Amino acid sequence: MRRDLFIRTTAAYGAGLALGACERRPATVPDYQPSPEPSVTFAPNAWVHVRTDGTVAVLINKSEMGQGVYTGLPMLVAEELDLPFDRVRVQFAPAEDQYADPVFKDMTTGGSTSTQDMYPIMRGAGAAARAMLIAAAAKQWGVDPGSCTTKSGQVLHAPSNRSAAYADLAVAAATQKPPQNVKLKDASQFTLIGTSPKRLDLDDKVRARTTYGIDVVVPGMVYANVLKAPTFGGTVASVDDAAARKVTGVIDVVKISSGVAVVASNTWAAMHGRDALNVTWKNDGPGAHIGTPRMFADAEKLARTSGVVAGKSGDVDAAAGTLIEAVYRGPFLAHAAMEPMNATADVREDACEVWAPTQVQTRCRDAAMKITGFPAGKVQVHTTFLGGGFGRRLDPDYAVDAVEISKAVKKPVKVTWRREDDMKNDFYRPMSVNVVRAKLDAAGRVSAWEHRVASPSIVKRWAPAMMKNGVDFTAVDSVTPEFYGFGATRTTYADFEPGVPVGFMRAPGANWNTFATESFVDELAHAAGKDPLGFRMALLDPKKGARMRAVLQLAAGKGAWGRPQTPGASQGLALCDWGGSLGALIAEVTVSGKDVNVHRVVMAADCGTVVHPDIVAAQLEGAINYGIAMAMTAKITFTDGKVDQNNFYDYTVLRMKDAPKIETHVVKSTARPSGIGELGTPPIAPAIANAVFKATGKRVRQLPFSDGLT
Amino acid sequence: MISLTVNGVAHDVDVPADMPLLWVIRDVVGMTGTKFGCGVAQCGACTVHLDGQPVRSCSTAVSQAAGKKITTVEGLSPDGSHPVQRAWVEHAVPQCGYCQSGQMMSAAALLAKSKTPSDADIDTAMSGNICRCGTYPRIKAAIKRAAELA
Repeated sequence: MRRDLFIRTTAAYGAGLALGACERRPATVPDYQPSPEPSVTFAPNAWVHVRTDGTVAVLINKSEMGQGVYTGLPMLVAEELDLPFDRVRVQFAPAEDQYADPVFKDMTTGGSTSTQDMYPIMRGAGAAARAMLIAAAAKQWGVDPGSCTTKSGQVLHAPSNRSAAYADLAVAAATQKPPQNVKLKDASQFTLIGTSPKRLDLDDKVRARTTYGIDVVVPGMVYANVLKAPTFGGTVASVDDAAARKVTGVIDVVKISSGVAVVASNTWAAMHGRDALNVTWKNDGPGAHIGTPRMFADAEKLARTSGVVAGKSGDVDAAAGTLIEAVYRGPFLAHAAMEPMNATADVREDACEVWAPTQVQTRCRDAAMKITGFPAGKVQVHTTFLGGGFGRRLDPDYAVDAVEISKAVKKPVKVTWRREDDMKNDFYRPMSVNVVRAKLDAAGRVSAWEHRVASPSIVKRWAPAMMKNGVDFTAVDSVTPEFYGFGATRTTYADFEPGVPVGFMRAPGANWNTFATESFVDELAHAAGKDPLGFRMALLDPKKGARMRAVLQLAAGKGAWGRPQTPGASQGLALCDWGGSLGALIAEVTVSGKDVNVHRVVMAADCGTVVHPDIVAAQLEGAINYGIAMAMTAKITFTDGKVDQNNFYDYTVLRMKDAPKIETHVVKSTARPSGIGELGTPPIAPAIANAVFKATGKRVRQLPFSDGLT
Repeated sequence: MISLTVNGVAHDVDVPADMPLLWVIRDVVGMTGTKFGCGVAQCGACTVHLDGQPVRSCSTAVSQAAGKKITTVEGLSPDGSHPVQRAWVEHAVPQCGYCQSGQMMSAAALLAKSKTPSDADIDTAMSGNICRCGTYPRIKAAIKRAAELA
């Protein structure tokens, strides 16, 4: 998901922030963990609640799945409020429209947009609270508000040497008129942004006190597991639940839209009961008999022969030069977040509550409204911490399970999927076949670039309004990067629909297309007899590639291009742009037979203003490792409509012994922050492939490497 | 009725003998720090110690744990002061954090028998624990730091 493809609400951006309706109802933040929260005394807006005990509650509308919003967004408030960071108490906002993201227009955490979308809003919320606290103090002291300053949770009036703590001003501040406009700090005044305070979720996470969705306990709750159709879209023909009902602990068996749910007194009994079910299925969905080998042949035919033009400039057919072509094939992939899908719901006679580790609170709410028939005000969604998201939790299917089961059994229910259920019922990273063609002129320059893609569309299902002229913009993301000056270009997209549910996965589109693009650029460099770094430098667009040039230079220097730091290793390079940020990555690789070993990775990035440098580094490290896991051995395949993979023994992911050393470097910038949670994923696989070519002369054009390196 | 000792506290649980220790700890005893990740001893999220040895509780029948000293992540320290926990904080290891209970339990078991583990020791001891957030470099650094703190 690229933010620049959503309709922006530019009015909310800028230094002077229009705050609009600031009078919000007092916080009744629902919290499933009964805790003696001090009463809110001053809530200048939906995001900031100043309490009389000296703490300040910051409500965040984004889910914490490891990417650090639980720390980064409150930092924006604390910066403008001049509040010591240890006084912040974070709460997940309820699923209400007032907490909608300004670009998504609902509560969605995805596309590396949280910090960039919320940057002016959270800062403005802190600044508005500060202005009202100053106004309250100035009134008490009978001085001009303009003569007051703030520092460390206090309003100061230097001329009279007076000061007052925010806690003591909270009651009076609540009677002040909310400001219509507030001035935000200049970057030179930042004291918190750009530093790395301790993550606010860190202590709980190392003491195992964090509540993930799977940890939710509601009084009177029962536990469920769902047997789902063996093929996509399959439906229940008949159920024999006699044996299941005899399993110790099983309470009930109910049919729901996604399959047959066994309800029990604990999770294991529910799973045990599910194994005792005897269900006959009607395997009549669109994916009933799909098989993987045929998909690639069909998709390649589509890519070559059809497809709508997603972008073009100049005339690729008329351009002069030697034509070079390559075909790249990428598999379906599963997200495999560590916390299996789960949710808890309590459907009562007149209201419904849902507790979910979700990236889409309002979609969960809307789904629950549809199932229960309740209006929005009668459905509460509580956001828990997420044990990984990676885009999987941008769909609310696990919450639908919980609400349907609770409605049927009239009790609070926690549904927990098995790892196998997760593996076989994902919204997968789409497979893709990319046919890439370019022409090299006599001087070895690229005179034409054509990138033809055939892949299933994510957007068509998830947000149909975002399909434009038959093009899923995610499917063609990064196929013809703007930062390159390619000469004539043409990009085509063919919607290949094999009947597999697809969804967003870390850097959707780019996580595959960058492999094709950056591998092919490397092929062109070698065809032109040039060094891959120099070739790319020359290929960068003089204007649109200027920012990338600095990133590439930083990577080349820190990564010691041409001088591998690992004995016997070969280097590979790749570039990417994601979420408004730019990255360049150098991988050092050795190859032994079919084994590809990644030893050292150096990545440079430009993500605008860095709010929390250590979280930025952690995100790059994590995204790179996620990308290695995607590329080495992982693939989802189908035989006669069924997913072949089951669990981590046959969907293998990165482990400690294969994890490289990673160094990250960030370009200094005062530009508005851009995305960092996904940027590291796209460039690692092509950088590895380019290093493999350097080491072996073999060009890998199919992932995973375990299949593509022959 | 099966008698268990979890973090020094006795619990009598009325569960089938073949019920995995993981689900007894989570759903019956009610301690949720130990996580479910795969159910087949492939990911390590459910790691606990039985008499000091790391085991995957998802694949350990509760009957096998009877009479043994069970330590869960909640039992590492009462206040987060175990060297592994302190090192995890110093290196800001967790991202989503879900796997970290298991990571810390595997690390604590490693450090209990090896005071200064090498990279190879760490790889061997820790490669049964999956982290999808990719915090491996920080886990490795934190284990070395914990060895210094211990």
